Amino acid sequence: MIEHVLQTLPQVIIDGLALGAVYAIVALGYTMVYGILELINFAHGEIFMTGAFVGTALLLSFSAFGWLSSMPMLLALLLVLVATSIVTGLLGMGIERIAYRPLRNAPKLITLITAIGISFLLQDFVRFITELKKGNYILTGPSLFTGQVNISASSIWSGFHDASVKSSFFIVLVTAVVMMMTLDFFVNKTKWGMAMRAVAQDRETAALMSVNVNKVIALTFFIGSALGGATGVLFAIQYGTIDPYIGFILGLKAFTAAVLGGIGNIRGAMFGGIVLGLLEMFAAANLPIVSDGILGAEYKDVFAFSILIIVLIFKPEGLFGKVSVEKV
Amino acid sequence: MSLLRLERVHTFYGGVHALKGIDLEVCEGEIVTLIGSNGAGKSTTLKTISGQVKAKSGSIVYEGKDMTNTPPHMTALAGIAHVPEGRRIFPRLTVKENLEMGAFSVNDRKEIAERMERVFHYFPRLKERLQQKGGTMSGGEQQMLAIGRALMMKPKLLMLDEPSMGLAPIIVEQIFHIIRELNDEGMTILLVEQNAFQALQIAHRGYVIQTGEITMSGTGKELLGNEQVREAYLG
Ligand SMILES: Nc1ncnc2c1ncn2[C@@H]1O[C@H](COP(=O)(O)OP(=O)(O)OP(=O)(O)O)[C@@H](O)[C@H]1O
Ligand SMILES: [Mg+2]
Repeated sequence: MIEHVLQTLPQVIIDGLALGAVYAIVALGYTMVYGILELINFAHGEIFMTGAFVGTALLLSFSAFGWLSSMPMLLALLLVLVATSIVTGLLGMGIERIAYRPLRNAPKLITLITAIGISFLLQDFVRFITELKKGNYILTGPSLFTGQVNISASSIWSGFHDASVKSSFFIVLVTAVVMMMTLDFFVNKTKWGMAMRAVAQDRETAALMSVNVNKVIALTFFIGSALGGATGVLFAIQYGTIDPYIGFILGLKAFTAAVLGGIGNIRGAMFGGIVLGLLEMFAAANLPIVSDGILGAEYKDVFAFSILIIVLIFKPEGLFGKVSVEKV
Repeated sequence: MSLLRLERVHTFYGGVHALKGIDLEVCEGEIVTLIGSNGAGKSTTLKTISGQVKAKSGSIVYEGKDMTNTPPHMTALAGIAHVPEGRRIFPRLTVKENLEMGAFSVNDRKEIAERMERVFHYFPRLKERLQQKGGTMSGGEQQMLAIGRALMMKPKLLMLDEPSMGLAPIIVEQIFHIIRELNDEGMTILLVEQNAFQALQIAHRGYVIQTGEITMSGTGKELLGNEQVREAYLG
C-alpha cells in the first residue's frame, strides 16, 4: 500500500501542482474581493469560465486564420492570455459597477444572491453564444503543447514510478507562478497595492487619505477577474474540453482554497490552492487502493473537503488567517 | 480671513437628527475648539465637514468655495485633514506605510521624504518604529501616528477628533504642546475635545455643542471663565 503511494507520488505531485495552480489563481480573485468588500463574489467562477471560452474562441480563430502556424506558439498564447485578461477584467469591473456597487450598503445576503444571479446569467449567456456559433455548448480548442514529457523520477529513487506530463503543464505552471509573483509584488510594493490593502483594512479612513475608494474597488475587480480569465485559458489548454458549467464546481473549490488559506489573505489563497490541488490528486490516485476498491477516485472531493473541515475545526481563521484586529 | 464656515447645517442618521442647524467658523491661523459631552454631535460635525456623512441642508464653505457634501477623498485633496476619533490607523500596514498613505495624492518621492522628515521632527518616536505594524503600537504612539499621517497631507485645515482620548496625562500634555507648535507655524486647527479645560487653554475660540446645537461660543478665555461652562464641562 505504502509502496503504491510512493510509486505514484511523482505523478500525483505533477498533476496536483497543475490543478493547484489553477485553484490558487482563481482563489486569489475570491480572496481579494472578500478582503476589500467582505463579499463572496459568487460569479468569480463564471469569470474563470468566460475566460476559458474567450481564450478558446480566440485560439480557434487564430488557427482558422492560420496564425498559429505563422507565429511562434508562445507568442500566440501570450497574445491570447493578454486579450482574454482584458476582456474578463472589464467584465468583472462592469459587474461590480452595475450589480454590486448599488448594493454596497445593502445587507450582505442580498449582494450574495445577486452574485448567484450573475453566475446563472453568465453561464446561460456563454452557453447561448456558443450554441449559436457552434451548435453545441461543449467546446474543444485547438490542441496545443500536447507533447508528452517523461520525467524519470525512478532515477531519483527507484521506489518512484516515472511520471509523464503534457508540455502544457509547464506553460500552466510558469504562467501561474509569474501571475502570482506579479500580483504579490503589486499588492505589497506599489502605491496602488498599498491603497488596496488600506481600503481592505479601513475603507472610511482610506478615503480620508484622498484615496478614491470606488476606483480601488474597481481596480480590485479588474485584477482579480483578469487573473481568473487568464487562468480559464490555461485550464482550457491543459484539459482540452470546456463547457459553460466548469466554473461552478471549480469556483467552489477555489473558494474553499481561499478559506483554507484564510479568506482575505492573498498568500494564503495561493498556498491553499496548491494544497487543495495536491490533496485532490493524492486522493484520486490512492483512495481506491487504500480502501480496497470501496471508494473510487471520484471520492477525491470528499477527501479534500474533509481535510478542509478538519482544518477549520482546529483553525477557524484558516491556515494563514488574518491577524484579528482589535478595534479601538 | 474665514477658511471654513458652516451655516445652518443639519445632519441625520436615518431618523436621528444629529446636527440641528450648526453655525461655525474657523479663520486662517486659528485654533478653534468644539467641546461638548458624549453624543452631542462633535464627531458628526467633523464627519459632515469631511464628507463622511451628508448634510441634509445648510452649507459648508471652504476657502470661499461651496464644499457641501463633497466626498471625503475630494475634501482631503482640497487640504482638509480629518484625524478621526479612535485614531483609525491601518493596523496591518507598517508605520512607514501608514505615513505614506497620508501622502497618497503626492507622486514626488522627494516631497514625500521631506514631509516624513517633518513628521519625525514632531514625533521622533515614529522614526524608530518605521517597520512596526501600526496595530501593534501603543495607544499614545497610535495617536502620534494618526496625527503624523494627517500631517503628511500638508493640510490647510487640520481637524482632530478627541486626540487626548484614553491617553496618559503626560502624553496628552505632549500632544497639546504639538498642536500649539503646529499652530504657531501657521496651521489652522479645528479641535474636538471632551477635555475642555486643556482645549480651551490653547484655543483662540471655542464652541459648545449640546444635542446637536451650538449653545455658546466665545474666545477660549471667555469660555474658561463662563459659569455654565465651568459647571458642565470643567467641574
Ligand atoms: N452611525 C450612526 N447611526 C445612528 N446614529 C448615530 C450614528 N453616529 C452617531 N449617531 C448619533 O448621533 C449623535 C451624535 O453623535 P456623535 O458621534 O457626533 O457624538 P460626539 O459628540 O462625537 O460624542 P462622543 O464624545 O461620545 O464621541 C448621537 O446621538 C449618536 O448616537
Ligand atoms: Mg465623537
